[in-house]
Amino acid sequence: MTRDGDEFRDSSMGTAELHRRLAAIWSTPSGLWGALSTVDHKIIGRRYITTAFVFLALGGLLSMLMRLQLAQPEARFIGPDRYNQIFTMHGTNMMFLFAVPVMQAMAIYLVPLMVGTRNIAFPRLNAFSYWMYLAGGLLLWIAFVVDAGPDVGWFAYVPLSGPQYGAGKRADIWAQMITFTEVSALAIAVEIVVTVFKQRAPGMSLDRIPLFVWSMLVTSFLVIMAMPAIMVASTSLILDRLVGTHFFNPAEGGDVLLWQHLFWFFGHPEVYIIFLPAVGMVSAIVATFTRRPVFGYLGMVMALIATGVLAFGLWVHHMFVAGLPRLGESFFTASSMAIAVPAGLQIFCWLATMWAGRPVFKTPFLFVVGFMVIFVIGGLTGVMVASVPFDTQVHDTYFVVAHFHYVLVGGAVFPLLGAIYYWFPKFTGRMMSEVLGRWIFGLIFAGFNLTFFPMHILGLQGMPRRIYTYQPEMPWSGLNLFISFSAVILAAGFLLFFIDAIRSARSGSLASANPWGATTLEWATSSPPPPYNFARPPVVESLEPLSGDLETLPVASGLRVDRRELLTSSVVHASPEAREASPGDSIWPLWAALATTLMLIWSIFSPWAVVWGSVPIAITLIGWFWPKGVPEDEA
Amino acid sequence: MRTARALLLSILVATSGCGGQQSALGSQGAPAIHVEHLILGMVAVCAAIWILVMITLGTALLRARPRTARQDDGSEKPLTMAVSAAVAATTLIIAGLTIASFYTTRGIGLADSTALTITVKGQQWWWQVFYADSSTGPGFQTANEIHIPVGRDVRLQLESPDVIHSFWVPSLAGKQDLVPGRSNSLLLRAEKPGVYRGQCAEFCGLQHSHMAIMVIAEAPGAFEGWAATQRLDAVVSADSDTAAGQASFMAKPCAACHTIRGTPAGGTTGPDLTHIGGRRTIAAGLVETTRGSLAAWIADPQTHKPGNNMPMVSLTSTELRNISAYMESLK
Repeated sequence: MTRDGDEFRDSSMGTAELHRRLAAIWSTPSGLWGALSTVDHKIIGRRYITTAFVFLALGGLLSMLMRLQLAQPEARFIGPDRYNQIFTMHGTNMMFLFAVPVMQAMAIYLVPLMVGTRNIAFPRLNAFSYWMYLAGGLLLWIAFVVDAGPDVGWFAYVPLSGPQYGAGKRADIWAQMITFTEVSALAIAVEIVVTVFKQRAPGMSLDRIPLFVWSMLVTSFLVIMAMPAIMVASTSLILDRLVGTHFFNPAEGGDVLLWQHLFWFFGHPEVYIIFLPAVGMVSAIVATFTRRPVFGYLGMVMALIATGVLAFGLWVHHMFVAGLPRLGESFFTASSMAIAVPAGLQIFCWLATMWAGRPVFKTPFLFVVGFMVIFVIGGLTGVMVASVPFDTQVHDTYFVVAHFHYVLVGGAVFPLLGAIYYWFPKFTGRMMSEVLGRWIFGLIFAGFNLTFFPMHILGLQGMPRRIYTYQPEMPWSGLNLFISFSAVILAAGFLLFFIDAIRSARSGSLASANPWGATTLEWATSSPPPPYNFARPPVVESLEPLSGDLETLPVASGLRVDRRELLTSSVVHASPEAREASPGDSIWPLWAALATTLMLIWSIFSPWAVVWGSVPIAITLIGWFWPKGVPEDEA
Repeated sequence: MRTARALLLSILVATSGCGGQQSALGSQGAPAIHVEHLILGMVAVCAAIWILVMITLGTALLRARPRTARQDDGSEKPLTMAVSAAVAATTLIIAGLTIASFYTTRGIGLADSTALTITVKGQQWWWQVFYADSSTGPGFQTANEIHIPVGRDVRLQLESPDVIHSFWVPSLAGKQDLVPGRSNSLLLRAEKPGVYRGQCAEFCGLQHSHMAIMVIAEAPGAFEGWAATQRLDAVVSADSDTAAGQASFMAKPCAACHTIRGTPAGGTTGPDLTHIGGRRTIAAGLVETTRGSLAAWIADPQTHKPGNNMPMVSLTSTELRNISAYMESLK
């Protein structure tokens, strides 16, 4: 690879000189223009994570409003119209604006570092993705503030969301917000797949990929296969509403259940799109804080893939009471139960790792322990609702509300909070507070269980979901009041978390390159990493490249230093293949996102938007892809 | 499992109200009883599994460790065995639960053709109920209240003219959706007389929260007596207030939406009121039927159930009093 006598290569250069030249070529210029045109995956990743946590806080506020209303029977604090908007917003916001984006955002930041490359694949698409996500989030929340928030549930079942019953533009805003978030999610998925397949550090063969990276790879494939179903669904809904197609209108030959099939064909994999990244985070944290690699690497990878495949065979368990044929339902009971096997395998492998390792009880690890306690309950209630007869009693009740909060908060948010504590030093160069971290874990763990466990009982006692109030003669008042008080504890925990995160980002103690003694590549560079991530691309010789001395980590050389360049490698063995140019900063992704936003929002009101709105998009894309006259890669 | 059942039942009994029982536990109908057994069994099995996992977790984290810095590779073998055994056990338990689920479904069965058939249509936000013609007399229509004979299979034909609803009376059977463009059916059966409350379980818009239904199970004789009364047209009592109330009802917009058999009122938008005075509650389980509650409802339906389809009709206080008296008299 190295050509002698080329003065622009890194081979013959001293370290200080190399850093100076790389910084000059990779840095994002300061100022507003630099911020708007940057394509650095770390800046975009941090921006993405921060935005997602803002949406988490907003969604949390909505849930507190709901708990206020439900604390007493027949309360008049919030009327039915506003309440329906609130629970729709809570679900939509948490699923589409928080859970999926935050997991992908963690990958945007971490995957390139963990595979030892300098930037994510398609970095401009990455910038575009963030702007689309932000625009979709703003669309939804501005609509809610002006009392035009969707009120048809996060699942938007027809005909309630259709032209006849969904008045105004509320359901259209929901459907088009879906388009924004799907575009952004698909973009990231493609970037992650290509980054993992083609940009791994030399020597990082398939069996040396960190488990978090594996989980994001599988997740990205799930996104690519699941998201088109919801785009078809939401677009058909808009067409039904805007131009009078009858996809979902039984009176004109359409079908109401078609919506449910399309929605859940996406909606069930969506759960695993949120959960699998969390599995990867748990594996990373467990390995670091038990001081040994995760037990059963091959089994863990196979479990991830098996979960990903099975995730597409479960969607009908959301429709067990819709009146489908018995035989078909039985098949989906079996498949839904079967997914407990790979999930169980992963739990057992972590347990084995903890057994064999030497646990260090730092905050990230506490959140993992909390995850084990809560997620196992959520998994077991998942086995229960997979049974058709069981489900006929608890479907659409508070039992299911309890179940999926155990799965999603226990299974994904706990690992995520642990992951934030774990990777915060890498993101910011500063540590979060260990003392506050313990308090936060305690409050969130206790608050969560006190809030959500009683909901199982409420569901069995006959309390349906999505009701804005209940009558005093129903036996639910006591538990509901208890839940509302418990929710305050949970909220206090999250408030403290936000305070700690903001305080630590400004004035936390400084972090070294590898404060936890971890063994994956993101810890091989400074905290936070320089704009080019690694001065010289690391070479990987084992699953734990940092298990030895950091000074002895082998590196590759031969990359040019007069333009942004990174190494591409082969899919299986990660043998170096070529030097690839990596795109520089550009403002065009922002313009393209604005043009797309204009078209999508306009199309809520007129079908002609699709025609005339595509003109500005075309112009911005031409600007984006204008040929520069330089070769993209050199073998 | 018996103690679990006792515990759950005690929670339930301590908190059950007067509006009729509405709970998946303490079930009173064959389908719900089958499911309750499954629920309790699965909860017991899963609770045991959770406890086992937690004990393992606690031991793994807190057990005393040898002083040597790092394990040798040979020590992974017992772990491999343990993990394999746990996965095998998981697979077996999952298979067992799946089979238990299938048997429960089979145990519930389907209503046969001899079953009494009742058609229920979900409306925003009330239940329209049709009893078909039978050997004992012609069919009739009612609303928000179903009477069934104890110990007999009843087949509900579930339909919806507007949005999706879900029929759920947990003490008697699991739920079943009412889907526009389709006709679903549900087997309902009560083993003991009683009032069983249910409510819509699929989000259906503004007043999804106030869409309850009462199932009243009674001895076959009492059921036939009730059905015979329902078949009759409305009778106007001699009371002058009631007669004036009937006149006001016909003169005002009320009759455009409601039917009272035996009178000119023949509207079909709202519930059939022919025997409203005999029903336990009004406005789909909102309040008990009394002259006062009827008057309060008629005077201002939008305050009591915001967003429902009944408009506020301007009435003088005398008209209001008379119409309420008339409604109450329609036993």
